[in-house]
Amino acid sequence: MSAFSLSLDLFPLLAAVFAAVSCAVLGNFLVLRRLSLMGDAISHSVLPGLVIAFIITGSRNPLPMFVGAALAGIGTVVLVELIKRLGRVEPGAAMGVVFSVLFALGVLLIEQVTRGVDLDADCVLHGQLESLWWPGAPDTIAGLFTAEALHDIPRQVTTLAITCTAACAFVAIFFKELRIASFDPALATTQGFHAGVMHYALMVLVAGATVASFEAVGSILVIAMLICPAATARLLTDRLSVQVLCSVLIAIVTAVTGYFGASVAPAFFGASSVSAAGMIAVTAGALVATAALFSPRHGLIARVLRRRKLARAVALDDLLANLYRAAESDTGATPAVSTATLPARSRTVIPRAARDGLISVSDGAISLTPKGELAATEIVRRHRLWESYLVERAGLATDHVHEPAERLEHVPIAPPPGPRQDPHGRSIPQEPDSLQ
Amino acid sequence: MKTTLAITPGEGWPPLSEVLEILAFRGGFNTSLVVAGTTLLGLAAGLIGVFALLRKRSLMTDALAHATLPGIGLAFLAATSLGFEGRSLPVLLAGAATSGVLGVLAIQALLRYTRLREDAAIGIVLSVFFGAGVVVLSYVQNPANVRASPAGLNHFIYGQTAALQPYDVAIMGAITLGAILATSLFLKEFALVCFNDAFAKVDGWPVSMIDLLMMALVVVVTVAGLQAVGLILVVAMLIIPPVTARLWTDRLRTLLIIAAIVGAASGYFGSVVSALLPRKPAGSVIVLTSGAIFAVSLVVAPSRGVVAGVIKRARLGLRIAGDHLLEEAHERAASSLSADTVREIARLRGWSAPIARGVCFWLSRAGFARRDSNGGIEVTERGSARGARVSRNHALWEQYLISYADVAPSHVDWSVDQVEHVLSDELIDDLERALAKRGVILPPAGTPT
Repeated sequence: MSAFSLSLDLFPLLAAVFAAVSCAVLGNFLVLRRLSLMGDAISHSVLPGLVIAFIITGSRNPLPMFVGAALAGIGTVVLVELIKRLGRVEPGAAMGVVFSVLFALGVLLIEQVTRGVDLDADCVLHGQLESLWWPGAPDTIAGLFTAEALHDIPRQVTTLAITCTAACAFVAIFFKELRIASFDPALATTQGFHAGVMHYALMVLVAGATVASFEAVGSILVIAMLICPAATARLLTDRLSVQVLCSVLIAIVTAVTGYFGASVAPAFFGASSVSAAGMIAVTAGALVATAALFSPRHGLIARVLRRRKLARAVALDDLLANLYRAAESDTGATPAVSTATLPARSRTVIPRAARDGLISVSDGAISLTPKGELAATEIVRRHRLWESYLVERAGLATDHVHEPAERLEHVPIAPPPGPRQDPHGRSIPQEPDSLQ
Repeated sequence: MKTTLAITPGEGWPPLSEVLEILAFRGGFNTSLVVAGTTLLGLAAGLIGVFALLRKRSLMTDALAHATLPGIGLAFLAATSLGFEGRSLPVLLAGAATSGVLGVLAIQALLRYTRLREDAAIGIVLSVFFGAGVVVLSYVQNPANVRASPAGLNHFIYGQTAALQPYDVAIMGAITLGAILATSLFLKEFALVCFNDAFAKVDGWPVSMIDLLMMALVVVVTVAGLQAVGLILVVAMLIIPPVTARLWTDRLRTLLIIAAIVGAASGYFGSVVSALLPRKPAGSVIVLTSGAIFAVSLVVAPSRGVVAGVIKRARLGLRIAGDHLLEEAHERAASSLSADTVREIARLRGWSAPIARGVCFWLSRAGFARRDSNGGIEVTERGSARGARVSRNHALWEQYLISYADVAPSHVDWSVDQVEHVLSDELIDDLERALAKRGVILPPAGTPT
């Protein structure tokens, strides 16, 4: 069995990619505006809209279904807002009330109308990605672009392609407006376009993407795709335009990886294929976890490394300053300090300080080299300048300034020079340049 | 969806006698079991949901419920591969609880170690765990992979109320009892952590332990509800009754009691309706019942309801308008206002004719004025005293704004016009003292008429 067959895999894969991209591109703004769960709520509550449209028209014609779902989506947003305002209910709880009641209504309605109709709640949740196979698939790639081949494209795939284009076009055209409405709705309104209108337009599109993706990939995948790629991208970058592009890329990678992960990977273990929609959601989660760990700037590992580097720099500064102070009080006899008297944190940086030529080590005692003395002078100078600054300008008591100065001395900024003595009566060293 | 409890095979309403029988737990053993089970579940969920609501964790319970699915599938797989009966309920529920807790921990980890917000963290865990559950179920359900039949695992998604066994109902009873016991034993601790966890920590309470206990109760109730109403709708049983109760009261004890009653009532009526009518899945009907109670409460609740709000606002509006009329009479030093004068004031104030009539009616009912035959009003003793007081408040506040808040004299009248009605006696005393100290000449107290 080959990994990819045109008739079995092409359309499900296309449907998954289109659905993933249309959700991901819109999801960026949901995640930014802390409305991620609105996507969750809408994807649950479009169910009654779908069923009512089905009851009214008696068919699964996509247009009325779409209208029904979009109305239900907007209804959800309005109801949540209303309950929040009228009942002074906490936003999360208001959302929970609305979507669970609407979902229950949907399940009940389905139960009333579906006898022998393939609209059931299970399909709404999991989708039927695998059912989109293509019986009349051509044998060659070239055969794909003939008229009859194109005529065969399943309705769901066409709908998803249109939705995907619409979502991408909306975000591309109104990017500026969406950005300003996400970060500063009040500013958006004073700039002459209503942030509320943008909000509802976004919600309509989310409802649209939800319903278009529904029968193909299921609502769980919709929720995963609305949130996960955008969240992954948010962990990778701080620029919105880059984030949106990243999320689209991640969505495509997720859909393709998840799809083949579901059909190919189990075969290695001798098992049959598993749910593709579920596998895509799992892949999306794996990517979030990866980004959370390895993102170069916001990732957990990068932050731990940064913190350790900072801790080492601080320990080195403290070591040098301690040596300087020891030499100062020692009246010049033996300016070497036994390593045993140093705190453990300082001891760990001794090898590095010695390698950098800042200190010299002999017989368990260390002393500053001329280069180290220069660096140490600068640190002690900053420390004492900060102390006198804190007393004179910030009005702190003399016995309260050591601790904050101990932190501030590591920042490569010093208060303006001037005082020759710190509040404790010790002399403040001159700038290293003027020492020489 | 095969969860219907079709007692009556045909459509339409069943006879009254049958309705009464089922309502009184006499509609056959199975039906009574289901009704008892959902009532108990509703009670426990309503009670425990209060703490989730107060800790602002309503939607975290949603993620928790969705996250139970992979645990159910994996527990089944693990049990069958070890040679046990995979469908044994304790095994499945243990799996559900484990993966549910893992989901909650994953949310906490995302919140703590990344810059994602709570909404995104909840959404990610909810969808990814559920997706994983779907994957595991699709694997398990393929006979090529697992030989033991996994029939029934699906029911945890939508619930299968009709399949409740005496054993399940006994467990639900035990859980309900435990929930009531824990709530009454630790009410003080729970309340403390819900309302001011920082203070609780400073005061030396083991806040994280108490929090953990509350979370554990939510997990237990969620898992117990999986079988009855399914993982999507169990959330509703945890959220809706407390939110409904919140509309009725501001006191924690009352809140707990009302939430428990609303939950139990929804469970009871929901399963009764589901038993009486064909093709009405119990889970949905229960949720819709509680949704209906919520909607009604939202409208009629005494202090937070929509109707109460409208009445309160209308009353305040009438009182303020009446005060303005009395003030006007006081400032004109008139003991009565003719119909023309009232119309003139109404025009200046922007009141429509019915509002003006309403104001006059309110004044006469409150005993501040009498309406004369041609549409004017005659101010009573009490009315003129009140008019004098409002006028004086106006002057006092105006003086205060000019002397203390540096508001230009030309700007104070409008804002004062709204504040003058809500000044308390203490505030007026303070104002008098403060202004007198500043040497501001105060308008005379008492009635000049």
